[in-house]
Amino acid sequence: MSLKIQHFVIFITLSLITSCRQGPVGLSKIESAKLPVDSALSKAEAIEAYILPYRERVKEVLDSTLAYAPKLITKEDGAYNTSAGNLMADILLSEASPIFKSRTGKKIDLVVLNHGGIRSVISKGNVSAKTAYEVMPFENSIAVVTMDGNAIMELAEFLSVSGRAHPIAGMQIVLGSSGTIKSIRIGGKPLDTDRKYRVATSDYLVSGGDDMVFFKKAETIHNLNYLIRNAMIDYFRKVDTLKASVDDRFIKLK
Amino acid sequence: MKRRNFIKNTTAATALTGLGGLSLGSCSVGNEKHITILHTNDVHSHIDAFPKDHSLYPNLGGLARRAALVDSIRKENPNTLLFDAGDYFQGTPYFNFYGGELEFKLMSMLNYDAATIGNHDFDNGVDGLYAQLPHANFDLLCANYDFKNTVMDGHVQRSKVFILDGLKIGVYGIGIELKGLVNKELYKETRYMYPYALAQDAEKQLKVYEKCDVIICLSHLGYDYESETKPNDLTLAKKTEYTDLIIGGHTHTFLDKPTIVKNKSDKEVLVNQVGCFGINLGRIDFYFDDLANLSSNGVSIKV
Repeated sequence: MSLKIQHFVIFITLSLITSCRQGPVGLSKIESAKLPVDSALSKAEAIEAYILPYRERVKEVLDSTLAYAPKLITKEDGAYNTSAGNLMADILLSEASPIFKSRTGKKIDLVVLNHGGIRSVISKGNVSAKTAYEVMPFENSIAVVTMDGNAIMELAEFLSVSGRAHPIAGMQIVLGSSGTIKSIRIGGKPLDTDRKYRVATSDYLVSGGDDMVFFKKAETIHNLNYLIRNAMIDYFRKVDTLKASVDDRFIKLK
Repeated sequence: MKRRNFIKNTTAATALTGLGGLSLGSCSVGNEKHITILHTNDVHSHIDAFPKDHSLYPNLGGLARRAALVDSIRKENPNTLLFDAGDYFQGTPYFNFYGGELEFKLMSMLNYDAATIGNHDFDNGVDGLYAQLPHANFDLLCANYDFKNTVMDGHVQRSKVFILDGLKIGVYGIGIELKGLVNKELYKETRYMYPYALAQDAEKQLKVYEKCDVIICLSHLGYDYESETKPNDLTLAKKTEYTDLIIGGHTHTFLDKPTIVKNKSDKEVLVNQVGCFGINLGRIDFYFDDLANLSSNGVSIKV
């Protein structure tokens, strides 16, 4: 045995001496390729099998019916307020209010959202959690900001000239025939510039999104860490039939 | 872990084969070596391929397909490493349902070797990222985030050295500024540090002290911006000295081929990024030869 090892050592030594020297290596060439992941590739079966139960669970939860939409709900069916916008703003008011009340003892007075934040229609028929993902794919949570009456006035002015049906709830804005603000009512009462109001909205808008500059006047910001999408899902679970229509919360007189 | 052993064994086997080659006195084989780097970025929980009727990416992507592709390349060259440049989380209900568990489990099944951390990887908070670590059988690398006062402390390395076929591949990570991108309540005490100097420290460590043959940066800074002052990969490349390849992310930039940038010492650096959502897999091949055989023109780059 020892003889064998000895032989081996001699053999290696000899070969190292006799062969050409193996020097250090250096980088000689770099090549690159962008490889598309497309249908030309087969699927790794083990991976596909591993994903399957997750996929089926997601599908089952997302596709299970939570509510019913008796008609198409869209953000395009009104000039100043729309069925989809009203539904979204109403959902925020109904779902965020009890949470905010239990955490702070205070009441949410109104809701403002952005028209652009509604990413899909709700088709007539069954409504599922998937619907909520389609309408609200972003991870935005509900924030409640405190603003004084003058800032609310600015908010209303912003909405009156924006040319878009930004969703509101808890508030009524009436524009005169020339487009100027005729009246603002919050919780059924005229806007009081001497008091403070609590506005529920998206944390995205509070942090400067969609140029809603009036939110810079926010005195306090309370993030509920409650996703708008989850508020929608919770609401869909509670109601049987979605009631959403264009109404008189934001109108322009003829 | 299994694959680690496999690579070690392969390395040993290759070394023996090398000696065998020597003993036959064959010089023509030389000392050529070949390392393949595969990479993804901004996969954003896109585990399934896009639907066939998708307007932008019909029937593209899909993790099971990527797995098959990676597998075939590993068979072709066992000296292959697979990296991700961050934002593996957030983008499909898989993340909302499982918090990143499935993403990490599948990346482990594909034998990812390392990844850096993107801003969206904080979307369930620094705690949410920590909670998924048991499912990640690969290292998280970031040289410019300080996790000292967070649960992630001790779970992220600045860099790592991989040894393949006797070559040392040094890899470090660079992350983007979190302020303004991620809610502070999510990233908590994670401290972002201005990236360029820390990238230089990391590459120096890998080159001068660890004597790496190739140095790769996994960056989530973004390819470039209108504002030149915002840290980005092209500027990072210019400011480095030893980095050979920057694998980028964040800006979802679909590059047809890597961009070549001259670094501080006038050497060429590759900056690559393959879009997003697992639609492409990036591949960079590094070939080595005896120093004696190298042309005086330096490295030949064919991209």
